[in-house]
Order: sequence, then C-alpha cells, then structure tokens
Amino acid sequence: MTLPIDRRKAMTATVGFAALGTGLLRGSPAAAATPHYADALARFLDGREPAAGGIILEAPEVAENGNMVAVSIRVDSPMTETDHVRRIALLSTRNPVAEVATFHLTPLSGEAFVSSRIRLAESQDVVAIAEFSDGSLVQTRREVRVTVGGCGA
Amino acid sequence: MSYTENVRPRLRLPSVGAAGEVIEVKTLISHPMESGHRTDGEGNPIPRLIIQTMHATFNGQEVFRAEWSSGIAANPYQAFMLKVDEPGLLEVVWQDEAGNEWRDQATIELG
Repeated sequence: MTLPIDRRKAMTATVGFAALGTGLLRGSPAAAATPHYADALARFLDGREPAAGGIILEAPEVAENGNMVAVSIRVDSPMTETDHVRRIALLSTRNPVAEVATFHLTPLSGEAFVSSRIRLAESQDVVAIAEFSDGSLVQTRREVRVTVGGCGA
Repeated sequence: MSYTENVRPRLRLPSVGAAGEVIEVKTLISHPMESGHRTDGEGNPIPRLIIQTMHATFNGQEVFRAEWSSGIAANPYQAFMLKVDEPGLLEVVWQDEAGNEWRDQATIELG
C-alpha cells in the first residue's frame, strides 16, 4: 500500500525532527570505544573473563551536564576476610582517559558500595568491573547520553 | 592566591548504634581537579592538577582507597562504607599531584 503523500511528508518530518533531537546530544551512543579503553580494560581483566550479574551500576540515562554525573556501584559480597571485593574499576568507553577511578575495598568496608561524581566528555558507556578476593570478576555497563559534554574530562 | 587556600575537606557520617553496624561515609573536597584537557583564553593548555588518591583508615587500619583520574568531577565527592566494630578514629587523607595533602577525621562512638 502506498501512503498518501501528506502522511509520508509528515513521517519524514517526524524522522527529521527525531534526528535533530539526537543531534543535540554530544556524540553518538553507538560510537565505538576508544583504543585506550580497550587497553585499560585488558589491563584490569589481565586475561580473566568477567561474569555478569551480582553488580549494579547506577548512572543517569541522560546527563544534562557531563561535568558532573553521579554514579554508584554495588556488588553482592559478604565482605569477609576470605570472601570480599578487593577492587572495583570504573571505566569510560569514550573519555580521553579511559580509567575514571579504581576503588580498593577491604573487609572493614562491610558492604561493597561506592559512589562518585564523574566527568563524561560525550555520550558513551560507563563500565564497572569488580574483582573479588579469589581473583574472579563481575562486570556491568550503563549507557549515559550526555547533553553538554564535560569539556575537561 | 593559590588554589590550595580554598581546598576544604569534609566528612559526613551518621551516628552508629551497635557494634557491627555498616555506615556510609560521605566525603567531599573542594579542589579544581584540573583535567589537563582544557585550554586558557589564549589557547594554551592548562596543565593537569588532580587529586590522585583518597585514603581512609579506621584506628589505623585501611578501610578504603580511591585512585582518581581526570575523569573525576571537580570538588570530588566520594562515598564508601565502613563496618564499625568498635569505637575509634576515622581518618581520610587526600593527595594531589602537586604534593599537597589534606586530612579530615571523625571520632566514632557506639550507641
């Protein structure tokens, strides 16, 4: 079936407007990760394969200001001497520096939870990887669309 | 005036009931965290000057340590958890790459 011309025009206009809308965002969310992200990830993984699940990364879907984006990470762990989260890496797939922070936890932490405010230069994925005391890893990621990039990121 | 005169570290933590309670410690320090990716009005690069480490101990034992990059926002906020098994002294130290160091501490009592 051929659409009536008016409706086709209307659809084109809608698509065009949607495209304009995404154009206001800094960078495409689908843009590839940088090579230095791949390097930073490989350094932390050190040949190990992270599992999924047991880690929650909270970050806004849309950040109006990339200069200050609140993120928090929670990992399921009893945080005992023999079974605890040792390190958490927070990485960014498209910042000029891929490593945002590395957190070192101890049994005295009691719970594996951290919260920070970070800079995001453009729309991208934020990645959290936790390393347990036995060397095993869990990983998760969240896409954050950035309206105004953190120029200093 | 140097930026260091404006740097103020702060800790916020709730009161603790019984031994074994896990509390959230919120920290904040006013620091520019100059990323090294910016330029001044004349297009000259502004050198990087960031706090690279934040370190928390309770009664001298390590609780938490953060290594920060230029990807941490200005006036860094950092929250972490602490399991309080006994009363004591929580101490947090921040160090920037210019060799400056700031400390804040809080006495924790039970009940």
